[in-house]
Amino acid sequence: MKTYTNTGNKDTRSGFGAGLTELGKTHENVVALCADLIGSLKMDDFKANHPERFFQVGIAEANMIGLAAGMTIGGKIPFTGTFANFSTGRVYDQIRQSVAYSNKNVKICASHAGLTLGEDGATHQILEDIGLMKMLPGMTVINTCDYNQTKAATIAIADYEGPVYLRFGRPKVANFTAEDQKFEIGKAVQLTEGSDVTIIATGHLVWEALEAAKTLNEKGISAEVINIHTIKPLDDKAILKSVAKTKCVVTAEEHNYLGGLGESVARVLSTNQPAPQEFVATQDTFGESGTPELLMEKYGLNAEAIVKASEKVLKRK
Amino acid sequence: MSNTQQLKDLTTQVRRDILRMVHKVNSGHPGGSLGCAEFFVALYKEIMDRKDSFEMDGIGEDLFFLSNGHISPVFYSVLARSGYFPVEELNTFRLIDSRLQGHPTTHEGLPGIRVASGSLGQGFSVALGAAQTKKLNKDQHLIYSLHGDGELQEGQNWEAIMYAAGNNVDNIISTIDYNGQQIDGPTDVVLPMGNLKEKFEAFGWTVVDILQGNNIEEVLKGMAVAKSKTGQGKPVCVLLHTVMGNGVDFMMHTHAWHGKAPNDEQLEIALKQNPETLGDY
Repeated sequence: MKTYTNTGNKDTRSGFGAGLTELGKTHENVVALCADLIGSLKMDDFKANHPERFFQVGIAEANMIGLAAGMTIGGKIPFTGTFANFSTGRVYDQIRQSVAYSNKNVKICASHAGLTLGEDGATHQILEDIGLMKMLPGMTVINTCDYNQTKAATIAIADYEGPVYLRFGRPKVANFTAEDQKFEIGKAVQLTEGSDVTIIATGHLVWEALEAAKTLNEKGISAEVINIHTIKPLDDKAILKSVAKTKCVVTAEEHNYLGGLGESVARVLSTNQPAPQEFVATQDTFGESGTPELLMEKYGLNAEAIVKASEKVLKRK
Repeated sequence: MSNTQQLKDLTTQVRRDILRMVHKVNSGHPGGSLGCAEFFVALYKEIMDRKDSFEMDGIGEDLFFLSNGHISPVFYSVLARSGYFPVEELNTFRLIDSRLQGHPTTHEGLPGIRVASGSLGQGFSVALGAAQTKKLNKDQHLIYSLHGDGELQEGQNWEAIMYAAGNNVDNIISTIDYNGQQIDGPTDVVLPMGNLKEKFEAFGWTVVDILQGNNIEEVLKGMAVAKSKTGQGKPVCVLLHTVMGNGVDFMMHTHAWHGKAPNDEQLEIALKQNPETLGDY
């Protein structure tokens, strides 16, 4: 089984910051907006190097989304930065009308997504944002898995014309994808080859899926791990190809099972080649305060939960 | 440059367009549209520096944003009569497969529309974003926007109004259609907004009153004053005092025609009060 090495824990939000720094050098039309969370979003470097292209909008997210939509008129490529909760639910109608329906080239970059924001608790831990964003016609939805991939995605979306939701997180997590990777929007990444079960994971759960695959391997179960960094448009072909072989699937995401990656995968399977599926996701609940590790354990979002779900789905084949 | 009579004739024709558009589909918003006819004609025919090519790249010309998108009939009529799309297309207003949606949108590719609007309170932010891009592009042209007075009840406006002054966005002229009416009644009854002039000034804006917003000469004069106040470090607000339903006696001074179309008989009376000038579509 192919294995991956953690080159050292790093936060995905720093990958975003590093990507934005690169874009500052290479893309003169890239502008950045932030709603009073520059440090949290790691936008300090872009701000310091390009003060004329950086816009501090204050604690006013609705205005930020509208400003970004307007800035595209005349050719700018705006990147907005705030927490995932305030990037989506708080400003849904602004995104819907001024960005998505108006087809504006805005990149909505959202940190602190999911439970792993930790101690701040449920007011800040959004578990509904993938659903909210994927429902919007024309919106591309990306949830990256580590530092390197977040940096690559940040750079890649600048060259894609159209609205994008880029979701990443707060904690330091394993950094294992290639530093020089080519990020292809909408293209699944097969991480391991397997024949018994397909594990389709996104975001922080991708590393957990790899850990789970190791454990399963020791138990004689061959798992094929697929990293879905782009939830919309979804790489239907890659999913169908893998499930045609394994005949069952586990989806894993730091998100509500309603409206998330799992439901998108279920749609692809049920309309093409139905197969048993288990969902590793939160079960229609809000989060709570705690350390990221304990929260992921309590809400069943770690390697152990993926192993259990895999064993369960195997029995349903 | 057009002479005043030409502008007045166009305004009358625009009123006819508005009335005929909403009557045909028995829906739409004639009240606010009629009240803003002079403003739109003045803006597109005299005030804005626009490219003749009707390109939509937003570069090298003044831009206009309509925030209160429900007054689309006046917007569509003036855009069509300014050459953005064929006047005959006004026939398709609110019909299926039309580019003239109930509320304006870029989605159908209608020239002249730069952002969707209709869900209220978003246009200030978008217009300010476009103004910031103009500055980054070192483009000296101005941004114009129009907002309903009732629309200012949406909180996002005040985020944007605060932002504009705090960031010295002085290449924008935002006009408030100050007709004192909204769907449910007079704004003072629905949600009193106090002294708007003082509010804008307290938020750091320069405010220009146009007391006769349905007198085209006064609109031209007032907008020229507003233009002279740009580039001085402060955003500029125009309080355009208008009469909802202006030009049709039974529609004036009431919220009743905010979102209601005239029936056949009412249309006939209304059109008689606004005789054909440039030719109906």
